[in-house]
Amino acid sequence: MRQDHLVAAGQLSRADVERVLDRAAEFDAALDAGDDLPARYPEKLLALCFYEPSTRTKMSFETAMKRLGGDVVDMGGVDASSVKKGESLADTVRVIEGYADGLVLRHPREGAAKMAAEFVDAPVVNAGDGAGHHPSQTLLDLYTIREAAGLDDLTIGIVGDLKYGRTVHSLATALTEFDTRMHFVSPESLRLPRSVRFDLHEAGAQVREHTQLDEVLPELDVLYVTRIQRERFPDEDEYRKVAGEFQIDAETLEAAREDLTVMHPLPRVDEIDPAIDDTDHANYFEQAHNGVPVRMALLDLLFANHE
Amino acid sequence: MSDHELRVSKIRDGTVLDHLPGGSALNVLAMLGIDGSEGTGVSVAMNVPSERLGTKDVVKVEERELSQAEVDVLSLIAPRATVNIVREYEVQEKKQAERPDTVVGVLACPNSSCITNAEEPVESRFDVLDDGVRCGYCEEIIREGIAAHLDVG
Repeated sequence: MRQDHLVAAGQLSRADVERVLDRAAEFDAALDAGDDLPARYPEKLLALCFYEPSTRTKMSFETAMKRLGGDVVDMGGVDASSVKKGESLADTVRVIEGYADGLVLRHPREGAAKMAAEFVDAPVVNAGDGAGHHPSQTLLDLYTIREAAGLDDLTIGIVGDLKYGRTVHSLATALTEFDTRMHFVSPESLRLPRSVRFDLHEAGAQVREHTQLDEVLPELDVLYVTRIQRERFPDEDEYRKVAGEFQIDAETLEAAREDLTVMHPLPRVDEIDPAIDDTDHANYFEQAHNGVPVRMALLDLLFANHE
Repeated sequence: MSDHELRVSKIRDGTVLDHLPGGSALNVLAMLGIDGSEGTGVSVAMNVPSERLGTKDVVKVEERELSQAEVDVLSLIAPRATVNIVREYEVQEKKQAERPDTVVGVLACPNSSCITNAEEPVESRFDVLDDGVRCGYCEEIIREGIAAHLDVG
């Protein structure tokens, strides 16, 4: 991986992805074995700048940095920061660069991480920019998929909020680097945005769009379920029209292959019946668990590039 | 002398923009940041007959020679524009608009959640596609009505 920053999955070649995932597998094995990991970056501080709430992403970056021997500084909630006083993002990241060696940024506006990366030299990782991208989530998604089903000759169904779902946008883009057939299932009003469809078309991806999951479920190796995100809808009525449209339960999965892997970036609300949790299909908690070794690998490579 | 030349007199020095789509002249001026406050002459002829375009607009800007980069930006809304640089009443140079790879600070992103629409010290940047433009930050694509997104503030 040659980049200094990671702002979108489109930056990642197949070789980049494989390099991160291979390194993640090494960290994963060491963590599972309970090995004492060498403190690779005892002198480094990672700044966590989260302008939106987060549990998994923030804590897994924090854990990853500490597992690498480094530490974190946390901007805290927006309400307790200078953002409340009207400070621009450009100013904030320039100030924080003076304190820390890298920045993880989550922000409600699309393109925020890209802009931030233009103002600082320290590595910037996009941890979600509005409805735009979430590339570190994609790396852990790909890691999970590779463990479960491999990354080539793969048929993947992605269901739910494809319009506002940034994890979907990044995952779809990254999958174009692999031999995959992608099926996108959503209400008509939550189809993939034009920009993502454009990228998939330009990449020559095998893509089909559906409004019903049962049209495609039996073919799938992987079913990637996403939440219909109430907070992204400009209009509550529009949210209500589509909320709960795709709910996965045991009955739904009767038509699925026995080895279907079900994933979800979490948090889930009611998209996946908890009864699925104890089946061999469920892989979403493992997926969340993979966030630590994958983000360790990502930070390791970004810091190595930056030195 | 053609009909449109009769409507607007020859200029001594400056730029004549010809073969602009009928009705686009004011957008062209906005795109070039010309609003008359410069104090130099600006002549506009709109919807004059054109063999090539049916109707066309013509703009004459006195005492200003457009650069090739400015002409190229015009290609987004006036792809068949021809540009004549005039000195001492004579056409000294002809330029053809060519589509640039990117345009900076010309268009406003229609995505209200785009970082370029926040109070940030960043100029809009659009990559030019075969059939539209794409925001360099949020990746929103505009295909139709590009002139409506001119950032004239």
